[in-house]
Amino acid sequence: MNASLNYLDGNAAAGELSKVFAVDITSAEGQCGHCGARRRFAEAHLYSHCPGLVARCALCGHVLLRFASVRGRVFLDLRGMTYLKVDAAKQEEAGS
Amino acid sequence: MAIISRGFSGRRSAAEAKLPPGQYLTTDFPVLSAGPTPRITLDHWEFAIDDGSNVLKRWDWKSFRELPSETISTDLHCVTRWSKLGTSWEGVSLDVLLADLKTDLPYAMFHSYGDYTTNLPLKDVMNKQAWIAFKYDGADLEPEHGGPARLLVPHLYLWKSAKWVNGMTLMPHDKPGFWENLGYHIYGDPWKEQRYSNE
Amino acid sequence: MEGTAVLERVTWRVAKVVAMRDETATARTLALAVSDWPGQVAGQHVDVRLTAPDGYSAVRSYSIASAPSSDGRIEITVERLPNGEVSPYLTQKVAVGDELELRGPIGGWFVWRNDQTEPIQLVAGGSGIVPLMAMIRSRGSAGNGAPFRLLYSVREPETVFYRDELRTLSSQGDSVVITYAYTRVVPNHWPRPAGRIDAPLMATGTWPSTLRPTSYVCGPTSFVEHATDLLIAAGHDREKIRTERFGATGERK
Repeated sequence: MNASLNYLDGNAAAGELSKVFAVDITSAEGQCGHCGARRRFAEAHLYSHCPGLVARCALCGHVLLRFASVRGRVFLDLRGMTYLKVDAAKQEEAGS
Repeated sequence: MAIISRGFSGRRSAAEAKLPPGQYLTTDFPVLSAGPTPRITLDHWEFAIDDGSNVLKRWDWKSFRELPSETISTDLHCVTRWSKLGTSWEGVSLDVLLADLKTDLPYAMFHSYGDYTTNLPLKDVMNKQAWIAFKYDGADLEPEHGGPARLLVPHLYLWKSAKWVNGMTLMPHDKPGFWENLGYHIYGDPWKEQRYSNE
Repeated sequence: MEGTAVLERVTWRVAKVVAMRDETATARTLALAVSDWPGQVAGQHVDVRLTAPDGYSAVRSYSIASAPSSDGRIEITVERLPNGEVSPYLTQKVAVGDELELRGPIGGWFVWRNDQTEPIQLVAGGSGIVPLMAMIRSRGSAGNGAPFRLLYSVREPETVFYRDELRTLSSQGDSVVITYAYTRVVPNHWPRPAGRIDAPLMATGTWPSTLRPTSYVCGPTSFVEHATDLLIAAGHDREKIRTERFGATGERK
């Protein structure tokens, strides 16, 4: 395996992130605070082989989101995103 | 209360070694990373010590490799619960890098190529407790494990041993680095099981 | 009754293994009866948690392979990874009657709903076929007639999952058009030499971009990146390509 492709994507974080998000995060659109790219969270590059989860912008590599779940407490750092947009109406009909 | 999975034991091996609390022994060497492996060429590599305003010392790869180095045999303890015993490294002691440096700043933030940081009290990287390691198991340190060079501070959890290290910033107060400000302990002594912050 | 992806906070549920069948020499499908299963949409996955007697636990994600159904049962197909921690247990140790914990269904983007009518292009690399098979099965059980094509890349013929079912589908008139690509060993008389998917194969083996299909690409990260690049080069809109990356469980040395 090419070690430089040692990431998954936002889909793989959805289970853990359900500890804080009541909505499906994979279909949410996020804007990278560094390069401005707007992408679905499902497309973020997810690094999960570490003491937490780190989602990075697929375009510029900057951290979008960091998450650690330790002993029942969850730490979430969303500073890397200018926004996260969830289509609440769509989420309500027939689930996300 | 989780249900127990009949016959599941995971990857651990049942050795009798004395391990810090909550750790298990592993014989492989897991690669954990919060980002892509940086590819640093040796002609661009540097390690610099600064105090937040001025660069106090700087080495390029050539001058760094001219420094006296030593072999280290030590145990590694990762906060994700694996421990690997008897690993062998070669590196330059921080005592050598800090020699002749006069400072009353008691803390340091180590930073790496990429965006990783980790904080340490300066006294924890002195007195034969820390190295900038460039060889593992007799061979050049591979990029996946932090090569060309990584910090090695074996008395603390392995997240403090920053891979792809490229410098340290001396600080007057302790400040949390990458994992320390996401719920991990500011110091990280595995023998006191200081995995997480106490707030 | 169509499964829906509900918004309730995702919690751990107990699942009992009710049946197993081997797909290949290294992959096994587990049929699970899940307490209070809310139903799922094709493409979603579950997280499976195993706990050792001393409390040590490991969690891994597995795509649901089965179509949504109302009997509270789902199927997952697990590939045994060399040096894996969970997959050897699930493919070799687990027995009918054993219980697992699982969390889900998870995911709202990499899904196909049977009210979608546009042409669909599925691209699978190895075990990436699993969620795409759920989509194919969902289309079948819902009687949805949307045009589906599958490009399925595997190492060799023996590593194809769901082989008989796919063969049956291929022979049915209005069903899924399937193109296989073999990367290491090809069947006898195969017209294309072994190798990874490439632009010429895309041109003959997938929907043209002018049909504006929604594409779903799933497999190891390197496969997904490569296949996505090829789709974009063939004129597909990035927004119409949905991806799900599977990984090996990290390099182990």
